[in-house]
Amino acid sequence: MSEPKMAVVAGVNNAGPTPSPAQLKRFYSDMLLIRRFEERAGQLYGMGLIGGFCHLYIGQEAVVVGMQAAIEPRDQVITAYRDHGHMLACGMDPKGVMSELTGRSSGYSKGKGGSMHMFSAEKQFYGGHGIVGAQVPLGTGLAFANRYKNNGAVTLTYLGDGAANQGQVYESFNMAKLWNLPVIYIIENNQYAMGTSVSRSSAEPRFCKRGESFNIPGEEVDGMDVEAVYGAGSKAVEWCRGGNGPIILEMKTYRYRGHSMSDPAKYRTREEVQSVRERRDPIEHFGQRLVARGIIKEDELKAIDKEIRLTVNMAAEFAIESPEPDVSELTTDVFA
Amino acid sequence: MSTQILMPALSPTMEEGKLAKWLVKEGDAVKSGDILAEIETDKATMEFEAVDEGRIGKLLVPEGTEGVKVNAPIAELIQEGGEASPAAASSAKAPRAETKAQAKGETETRKANGHAAPGTPAAGPALAEPSVPEGTEMVTMTVREALRDAMAEEMRRDDTVFLMGEEVAQYQGAYKVSQGLLDEFGERRVIDTPITEHGFAGLGVGAAFGGLKPIVEFMTWNFAMQAIDQIVNSAAKTRYMSGGQMHCPIVFRGPNGPAARVAAQHSQDYSSWYAHVPGLKVISPYFAADAKGLLKAAIRDENPVIFLENEIVYGRSFPVPKLDDFVLPIGKARVIRQGKHVTLVSHSICIGLILEAAEALAKEGIEAELIDLRTLRPLDTQTVVESVKKTNRLVTVEQGWPICSIGSEIAAQVVDQAFDYLDAPPAKVAGKDVPMPYAANLEKLALPSVEDVIEAAKAVCYRP
Repeated sequence: MSEPKMAVVAGVNNAGPTPSPAQLKRFYSDMLLIRRFEERAGQLYGMGLIGGFCHLYIGQEAVVVGMQAAIEPRDQVITAYRDHGHMLACGMDPKGVMSELTGRSSGYSKGKGGSMHMFSAEKQFYGGHGIVGAQVPLGTGLAFANRYKNNGAVTLTYLGDGAANQGQVYESFNMAKLWNLPVIYIIENNQYAMGTSVSRSSAEPRFCKRGESFNIPGEEVDGMDVEAVYGAGSKAVEWCRGGNGPIILEMKTYRYRGHSMSDPAKYRTREEVQSVRERRDPIEHFGQRLVARGIIKEDELKAIDKEIRLTVNMAAEFAIESPEPDVSELTTDVFA
Repeated sequence: MSTQILMPALSPTMEEGKLAKWLVKEGDAVKSGDILAEIETDKATMEFEAVDEGRIGKLLVPEGTEGVKVNAPIAELIQEGGEASPAAASSAKAPRAETKAQAKGETETRKANGHAAPGTPAAGPALAEPSVPEGTEMVTMTVREALRDAMAEEMRRDDTVFLMGEEVAQYQGAYKVSQGLLDEFGERRVIDTPITEHGFAGLGVGAAFGGLKPIVEFMTWNFAMQAIDQIVNSAAKTRYMSGGQMHCPIVFRGPNGPAARVAAQHSQDYSSWYAHVPGLKVISPYFAADAKGLLKAAIRDENPVIFLENEIVYGRSFPVPKLDDFVLPIGKARVIRQGKHVTLVSHSICIGLILEAAEALAKEGIEAELIDLRTLRPLDTQTVVESVKKTNRLVTVEQGWPICSIGSEIAAQVVDQAFDYLDAPPAKVAGKDVPMPYAANLEKLALPSVEDVIEAAKAVCYRP
């Protein structure tokens, strides 16, 4: 029996449900919150207030915002370590996220997880995982639990183009299709696995095709266009909820910053980054599009930015002023 | 010219089996590859083929006979004309080093590398478990059955408990531990996985995050090395990394340690590997009652639990209390024999060694106190320390490698907590510091023996 294939169309805004003007404004402000939050996180890192590894999401904002808009509160999200954007998109409190980055008691993991390991049971956000690819079997397991409980929930499992070359990803694909689990694998192809470009690491660079051997359909999506992401995401959610099993969405996106704060990014030119920013920036271009369509006015965009800067400032202040975890926390939460 | 057809060994640990059915009769002509009989081991029913051409002479063992020892003659093969080949009719004619003395009435299998398993546990009185009311009826069952019953009882009790792993469902378990579970619980809850340890270990952890209570069976723990990242990085650490938000109630279980003659990649004891990791509980039982009570506790536990079984021990039978809900506390060692001269501490299959060693030592006037750790993390050092305070001498016994071993840790703890009570340096009996060899004689040398235990116990007692 042949599996119905979803169309694999590059760079096309496949029509899903049409977002309302209010939703479109929300997309804009959600993306901008992530952008401003990450800029601030980078600054705090430079000041020594955030330690360790810190992977910023700047440039990729349309992916999580579009996908989050396509799901319901009961649905789950799991990703790897470039996770700040996912958490904010899930509705987690910027104060709690920033406080975790600064390693304070008011952080989501009480300061014990840090940038790469944050969770929110309330918002159905299951991390925040530091081992490349390890979140993929985990997300598949969440979907397994949903199917076991027959609760109709769908799991968004994010991975990068680097993780897409890990063996456990394909072990997961196999089981997900074998058992028709309701999971959407979102491959955020930002073109670089740390410093190694897709062309230098991947025998099949079109990641939407990586499920073909498992009869998992895949679609390539313009991950710099929040409406395209929302459209493709909505259809994928419908596909999963309809009992059709897993699906892959390859989001063509780009990260502006280095892999982590300590990455000088010598593997690409400044011109390349600048060119993407100018031609394809997911926030700037989307804002202009909304203005052109008469959905929002220029001064409203400015007002949104002002409000978000205030939110981010408050989060940063909170994260700096909150106390470090009590020393008694050293030995808690090891066992239930 | 006639040769004998011998009862074949159909698995690395098989010692005896049932001759289920003859597929030939006396006088039949057979050639190489013809199926002669069906042989039932404790794991499977297998067909047994002829190796040589000839005519079936006398059938020496009637069909339906149980407990036919490996290498026992089961039929005659009359070979006309040709000379009998020296390796005549059986593929199982390899020399087996050990003698076949078997404890009377015991269904225990014997360890293939030469140590007799203990008979009916000499630890009769010590088997008394504080949580078992006096006068409780005891039923004899194999460790294999005890584990199966534990899973079945917990699955009846809680719909979120499910079993997944390779060959656990339709095949009824590679080692038959999950026998019958598919029939009772169906394919929603007893799930055959592809051969994909890393993937299904991670999937199990994700399912635990998602509110289920998975039991993940590894066909053996050797294959779990493919999955150890998910066990350590995802299962053990996520509660801590999430500030207590995420829960991972999962049991990883399967046979651990050397089986017999399966060489380096399939003969390894992972006790100390997992016992090293904060966020994991590690259980390694020997007796059937402990296997049952502790597996039930593991399934109910809110934390990831590593449950280390032993293939050779699966077939051993022990009394198990007949109680509706027999659950044992995790983290409690048990004194299985009282003594005053030396403390022997062990777990899993080596409990068989120390029981036997204690008998021999008693004949020489050395009263050994035996401690079965049962749980390796959290380690019940208090029970060990209390015993050493009484005996003043310590010997640890395990199959794992000697460096950074369970014995290393116990010695360190005892030195730390009872230094002034020690009358001799703690002694460690462990596997040799080499990959497991295949050759029977070398394998035997690589593993601790009863003699090693006796020697170490005498040494710490300063006895010749």
